[in-house]
Amino acid sequence: MPKTDTKQDQAKLSELKEFIAKCKEKPNPQSYLIAVLHKAQELYEYLPRDIMDMVAEQMNVPTAHIWGVATFYHYFNLTPPGKYTIQVCLGTACYVKGAGQIMEAIQDELSIETGGVTDDGLFSLQGARCLGACGLAPIIMVNDKIHGDLTPEKVRKVLKDYRKAEKSKAS
Amino acid sequence: MNEEYITIYINDKKYKVKPDQTIMQAADACGYHIPRLCYHPKLSIEGACRVCIVEVEGQRNYVASCAFPVSDQMRIQTNTPQLRRARRDIIELIIDNHPEDCHTCERDGNCELQRLASSVGIRARHFDGPRKQYEIDLSSTSVIRDPDKCILCGRCVRMCSQIQQVHNLTQAHRGFGTVVMPAYNMPMSESVCTKCGQCINVCPTASFLEKNYTQELFQKLNDPDLVKVVQFAPSVRAAIGEAFGIGAGRNMEGELVAALKKLGFDYVFDTQFSADLTIMEEASEFLERVHNNDKLPMITSCSSAWMKCMEQFYPDLIENISTCKSPMSMQGAMAKSYFAGKIDVEPKKILSVAVMCCTAKKYEAARPELEFNGMRGVDIVVTTREIAWMIKSAGIDFVNIQAEGFDNPIGLSSGAGTIFGVTGGVMEAAIRTAYELSTGQTLVDIEVEGVRGLKGIKEGSITMEGQEIRVAVAHGLGNANKLLDIVRKEPDRYHFVEIMGCPGGCIGGGGQPYPGVNSIPMDENMLAARAEALYSSDRKKTIRRSHENPSIQQIYKDFLGRPLSKKSHELLHTHYKKKLPKGIVPEAAKI
Repeated sequence: MPKTDTKQDQAKLSELKEFIAKCKEKPNPQSYLIAVLHKAQELYEYLPRDIMDMVAEQMNVPTAHIWGVATFYHYFNLTPPGKYTIQVCLGTACYVKGAGQIMEAIQDELSIETGGVTDDGLFSLQGARCLGACGLAPIIMVNDKIHGDLTPEKVRKVLKDYRKAEKSKAS
Repeated sequence: MNEEYITIYINDKKYKVKPDQTIMQAADACGYHIPRLCYHPKLSIEGACRVCIVEVEGQRNYVASCAFPVSDQMRIQTNTPQLRRARRDIIELIIDNHPEDCHTCERDGNCELQRLASSVGIRARHFDGPRKQYEIDLSSTSVIRDPDKCILCGRCVRMCSQIQQVHNLTQAHRGFGTVVMPAYNMPMSESVCTKCGQCINVCPTASFLEKNYTQELFQKLNDPDLVKVVQFAPSVRAAIGEAFGIGAGRNMEGELVAALKKLGFDYVFDTQFSADLTIMEEASEFLERVHNNDKLPMITSCSSAWMKCMEQFYPDLIENISTCKSPMSMQGAMAKSYFAGKIDVEPKKILSVAVMCCTAKKYEAARPELEFNGMRGVDIVVTTREIAWMIKSAGIDFVNIQAEGFDNPIGLSSGAGTIFGVTGGVMEAAIRTAYELSTGQTLVDIEVEGVRGLKGIKEGSITMEGQEIRVAVAHGLGNANKLLDIVRKEPDRYHFVEIMGCPGGCIGGGGQPYPGVNSIPMDENMLAARAEALYSSDRKKTIRRSHENPSIQQIYKDFLGRPLSKKSHELLHTHYKKKLPKGIVPEAAKI
């Protein structure tokens, strides 16, 4: 069953349940499955299994079907994202300015593949289409912050700076 | 001219066909078998494989005939050189991601994809696409899953969700990375899979297979310290001929007994004997429930896929389920107790083997609830397909073999035991005995037509001691689902309910021979022919009621006492419990 230990957990769960209840009032409630999964991801940042089970029960949709939908769309995260989500722009401008090497440098620095999360849960890595900052190409976006004009060396430093900042926060 | 018909042209020949059907259906009726792969008449139209393309005048592209409706004056081409080439290219592209291992594959010679590739004339591999590299899921006792061989036709997914309504399988991820798997990519053993094996039956390749025990069995058959005892189910004899190229519907009982002896079994017994035993116990249990006003309707418990399905989806009905073990498990228990005593052998020295039409029986045999005196009743279960392979592999001339009879004292059966293999058969057999046990009178019309046939849900009634007994029968877990919804809503509507997990009952089991060249899985003519093989065997028998079987009378006299005795309960009955698998929610999985 989904966690209900804290007030926050309870609030999230009841918000999701209310959303499902509203969908169920509409004609063809099962066609709102994707909307419900969007809502769940908005609340939990990914789709935990117990939440998918709960959605299955509430919406009367087989779990296998939900799993099919959740794995089909890139948008849905099936594992918790890192604290910092790195999006590497792979749009045309960034690409010709070396986004490929930037991606490789990040993968090497963090020892993860695209779509993965570091073991410490700090970073997750995604490729992105044009992020609209072509003047700064090549760029990456870390959560909401843009880092532009990068080289493989510079991007390694950016990541190290995030790590350092985290360490100093912890101590 | 009949106005209900429209005119179409297939390959420039004029035909009158019914409207409101697809090109493929119309072409089938006109005698053109358009090649097809993902299509199955009992499943929804997927239109995924594009193998069934045809040319329609006025259409820019070739259309998938399985999904395109006919219309008046339509001109269709099914076999132009360009179309043949396009169709061949499509199939080439499908097989170019498929492992190149036909000669080591379990389905070599029985493979629909192989046949299809051959029929369109693929003689070389022009493309060499990327291959899939996933782990084979060997976790289940019954059904193994090999995604590398999957061509994503989706028939298994539709079978599991539409016919069986188990909803275990889905197509997860997308594009080339698409994989058929249970929810959360759980191992099959932990999923809601009921082990019915229907995914194996509809798979055109070897992406689903039964867990194979043939090598282990060959080993054990050579162990001189074991007394090798085997039983086989009614439906096995009605279908095994098909694996040897004999048309559906020939009862190969005596031939199979002889072949099993030649394979090295010391004693060949009949599961039909314990089907009679099941009826003695089950009919008595039913009458006791009626007299004591206990929980009704009583629901049968012979089908192992249904057992697993019930424990996970219908735990609220556990009290309604008959406590009788299945005939296979009763037979195993009798072999290792009554029979072991007769031949004065330690029960642990007995190797008890069952040849079943079923993949779920492998799971059932391993259920700890069915053990007695710390032993399993059945040690190894092989399917009809596996035993057919063993017979071929051992070089036994099955087609020309001299028939032999079963061994005693647990080999004789009545006609009632025979019809267990067909949907409605258990009910009919139970009525024959329950009526006579309760009224003391002879039931004149013993063929209960109401529960025969391949209709999804069947109903009937019979009057016993002035009381109307209403019965219902469902086959295939999807039909069971519909019937049990009625039972939940109207608990007083029926007194006795029979559920079989597979379409057609055991004759359509997940371990039966793969369809031959001119047949398809779940083909109704094939199922009807297998059913008739059993019904005609019943008609030919002089003893057609379980309680009149002299071997049954003997075993109660010598060993069990009477039905529902303490000894019967120890050896022949079992219990169930709610087992909620991970990743599924009760009540909700069914739509």
